[in-house]
Amino acid sequence: MIDTQTSVLAQTSGQAGEPVVFWLLAVVSVAAALGMIFLRKAVHSALMLAVVMLSLAVLYAVQDAPFLAFVQVIVYTGAVLMLFLFVLMLVGVSSTDSLVETIRGQRLWAAIAGIGFAALLVAGLGNAALSESMGLAAANGEGGNVIGLARLLFTKYVFAFEVTSALLITAALGAMVLAHRERHAPRPTQKELSKRRFRPGGHPSPLPGPGTYARHNAVDMPALLPDGSVSELSVNPIIARRSGTARLHADLHGQTEEQAVEHDVAAVKAATEAAHDADAEVRETKAGTSAAGGPASEGEAGK
Amino acid sequence: MSPGHYLVLSALLFTIGAVGVLVRRNAIVVFMCVELMLNAANLAFVSFARMHGNLDGQIIAFFVMVVAAAEVVVGLAIIMTIFRTRRSSSVDDVNLLKY
Repeated sequence: MIDTQTSVLAQTSGQAGEPVVFWLLAVVSVAAALGMIFLRKAVHSALMLAVVMLSLAVLYAVQDAPFLAFVQVIVYTGAVLMLFLFVLMLVGVSSTDSLVETIRGQRLWAAIAGIGFAALLVAGLGNAALSESMGLAAANGEGGNVIGLARLLFTKYVFAFEVTSALLITAALGAMVLAHRERHAPRPTQKELSKRRFRPGGHPSPLPGPGTYARHNAVDMPALLPDGSVSELSVNPIIARRSGTARLHADLHGQTEEQAVEHDVAAVKAATEAAHDADAEVRETKAGTSAAGGPASEGEAGK
Repeated sequence: MSPGHYLVLSALLFTIGAVGVLVRRNAIVVFMCVELMLNAANLAFVSFARMHGNLDGQIIAFFVMVVAAAEVVVGLAIIMTIFRTRRSSSVDDVNLLKY
């Protein structure tokens, strides 16, 4: 068992395929990191960061650090990025960066500083006398990487390890304190809510439902009111902010938005007129059949 | 492969993260760029560990990961609190202490 592991480690320290993996993942990770900076939507940035982290995990695995590779996948890609995505969803997915520069020339100077910094680092690394890597086969010793790390962690670095536990507890407490919200006013009862609904500015009836007649019935499709205006109340505000409103009425047949809205308005008007006519016809027939009782009952209703 | 390649890659990723911190306005994206910088430093630690043939670099990278996890939890909680009071996650809007 130990022999096979050490032979595997000896093989991995001098893998033939390492340059292929390195160049592939170097290109992918730098491209993803650049994408993370340049993509405007925060969710896209988070996904790009996931790509970078996964390729870094593979690079750790290639560099004789299998334990760190798994920790990278579990802690970073699994926990940290999920936390980022949770917060993004809470804050609002639609939050895109504005492209307005608040400090003039900031982007230009940031790019210049970045290029200068990178040149400085790379030049420094080029001048450094880097020996060829020794490989970790000897350092891992018997039992492989995980046992080697555990041996160090619980002897030489045991104090730092214990301090880490204090740090984690403090962080958990801090997150709880920061995320906790005090309720300053008592929770409104159903009676108060109903009173508030009937006050001016409230909306006593249920809100109109989304969807426009037979053509669309998706939740992001605002309802059209009889006068042809779009009812903002019919769509969830977050969805409305994400997907515009009147734009959705542009039809499949290559119409412009205005034409589509006019079309819908005409359809609604035709439908209401038809309903009105049908109603009138029904009344006429009713009036015709019960000519004697009709006016009298109407008069009573009028009173 | 010589460790120099890995170190150059780590330097590039660190620089990209630093430029992102300077350029982006959304606090969450700024935070992601900080995470990228930490990851780049970890890559350098791992390749130094391999270069010197001992495991201390990997231990330090492990501690960096622990500290980064704690930092993310507290930082995102702060961003959430700011968002709750100011309805914005832009770093430009948090300027009460500016003048």
